[in-house]
Amino acid sequence: MKRFIGFIKKEFFHIFRDKRSLFILFGMPIAQILLFGFAVTNEINNVKLAIYDQANDVESQKLIQNIASSSYFDVEKMLYNKEEVAATFKQGQVKAILIFEPDFAKKLTKEGVADIQVVTDATEPNTAMTITNYIAAIIKKYNDNFNKITTTPYQIQTNSRMLYNPELKSVFMFVPGVMTIILMLVSAMMTSISITREKEIGTMEILLVSPLKPLQVILGKVFPYIFLSIINAVVILLLGFFVFGMPMQGSLFLLGLESILFIISALALGILISTISETQQTAMMISLMGLLLPVILLSGFIFPIASMPKPLQWLSNIVPATWYIIIIKGIMLKGVGLLTLWKESLILLGMTLFFILLSVKKYKIRLE
Amino acid sequence: MSIRLNNISKSYGKVKAVQAISFEVNQGEIFGLIGPDGAGKTTLFRILTTLLLPDIGDAQVDGKDVVKDYKAIRNHVGYMPGRFSLYQDLSVEENLDFFATIFGTSIEANYELIEDIYTQIEPFKKRRAGDLSGGMKQKLALSCALIHKPNVLFLDEPTTGVDPVSRKEFWEMLKRLQAKGITILVSTPYMDEAALCDRIALIQEGKILEIDTPHNIAARFPLHLYNIAAADTYRLIQDLKAYTQAHSVFPFGKWVHYADKRSDFDPVDLRNYLEKKNHKNIVIERTAPSIEDTFMELAQHE
Repeated sequence: MKRFIGFIKKEFFHIFRDKRSLFILFGMPIAQILLFGFAVTNEINNVKLAIYDQANDVESQKLIQNIASSSYFDVEKMLYNKEEVAATFKQGQVKAILIFEPDFAKKLTKEGVADIQVVTDATEPNTAMTITNYIAAIIKKYNDNFNKITTTPYQIQTNSRMLYNPELKSVFMFVPGVMTIILMLVSAMMTSISITREKEIGTMEILLVSPLKPLQVILGKVFPYIFLSIINAVVILLLGFFVFGMPMQGSLFLLGLESILFIISALALGILISTISETQQTAMMISLMGLLLPVILLSGFIFPIASMPKPLQWLSNIVPATWYIIIIKGIMLKGVGLLTLWKESLILLGMTLFFILLSVKKYKIRLE
Repeated sequence: MSIRLNNISKSYGKVKAVQAISFEVNQGEIFGLIGPDGAGKTTLFRILTTLLLPDIGDAQVDGKDVVKDYKAIRNHVGYMPGRFSLYQDLSVEENLDFFATIFGTSIEANYELIEDIYTQIEPFKKRRAGDLSGGMKQKLALSCALIHKPNVLFLDEPTTGVDPVSRKEFWEMLKRLQAKGITILVSTPYMDEAALCDRIALIQEGKILEIDTPHNIAARFPLHLYNIAAADTYRLIQDLKAYTQAHSVFPFGKWVHYADKRSDFDPVDLRNYLEKKNHKNIVIERTAPSIEDTFMELAQHE
């Protein structure tokens, strides 16, 4: 036990004396969560609009006011002829232009149908789509109010309700995602690098020719990172909770347990990587390509798994992060417990045990 | 018998690193493995320290088999690999403390063994190992390898990249450790260090050329040896090699070592030849062969 503690003490010296690993450990989680939180987002805010109101009557003014008073849009300028429409887009001042037809109010009251054209700048297709949807929603609301006064018969009302994330906040998606990435990266990459570093500087030879058992070396290497990963997870959760208003519906205890399980599976992967790479460079490349990319692309963090081609869906099933994301989203957003998540948890547990067995088996007691 | 190798062979793919190596090292002996880079010295060290498995043959260290009893061997040997394998980001004291801890001992418990060496680096004990000079690193590495009082010490090229003064001090330390009963297997590419061992094995391309005391190995040189010098050393070597009766010609410090094929060789013949070739300031004198001469002689015939 004294040997083990001595070993862990040494590992902490390594970590705290290396600025690069300190940065990866503590700088990156915070940078990532802030980056995703503030920069990478699908939500729109203060989008600049231009309006070409050919009618300029009571109803069009009312609608324009509704749009301008929402926090999503700022009416940047009013246009007065058709030529200006194209010119404004080319200058890139606005993301969308609303065009009211002449006699808007008259047509609406007399004929019951009036046209508004929404022209968007689709060089950014996702933004354009979102803008169109938001404007359509405002118009629909206005329309409903209008109908209440005039009462048109036979009408189907769609009442949609977004469960678990009513405001469609992207923070609900990226906090679990970033947490998964960070835990994977810190645990797997950092352990694989720290083990291969010993190979590179030759100290592994001395450690092997010592009474330390292979298991002691592995555990000693891994233990500090379990500890640091847990700290990281807590920091991310706190940031998500206090800065971005991430909900926490379920049991914190269960979340902690599942996170430790995921951390251990990532650590086992890290050990596995270190057994097949001779240098820190290789270990880092394998970690980035072999672990980080699947986590980002295949885990369902950014791209929904259901819309992937079948082979990729199968592939995503063997990525531990896929299951971890399902689990933590379930706990944080839906507040469900083991009763619902037992299958996912069991799969994650199975994968973790498999990786541990494999890495202990592949860990070499000699140099070859 | 402290170390025993029996017919050890090891290949990496098609490269035969060591071939049919057998030798024995006695208790308390300093045994040197002498040979150039790539001769297979490090492979032998790794087999004996249980880091590599031999393809053929068997070996014992301290009476234990290197394959079957590898765990026991790992408890009782000290190993200093070719590169000074220390943690560069730990201080001198932390390095030593770490190695003491993993061997289940403490600096205090075995201080008398490393005292000689450690007192020299103790003033720098707070300094990071990465900031030490080559000689200091070497002393620290040796201290780390000794901290658990090993019965057998394996030193793989411990003096490579170390200044001459530190090298000399290092060998004095080895002699003191030997006096305490520790068996030392050391490898070196430097022939002058070979002379400091009790016995040496000359090794080349994975094969042992000769095993004996340094004195006997030097004496094994078959011919008379001459020191030759002239104003233009480069041209001197060329011309000596061109001389029909030349047996061997090697640059050796400021001299050229020359051996002649004839048993009744008269240096005057050679002087005449060199004068004819327009050499100035010619010196020719008899000299005693060194280990290096024997090594070159043996290596040439392989």
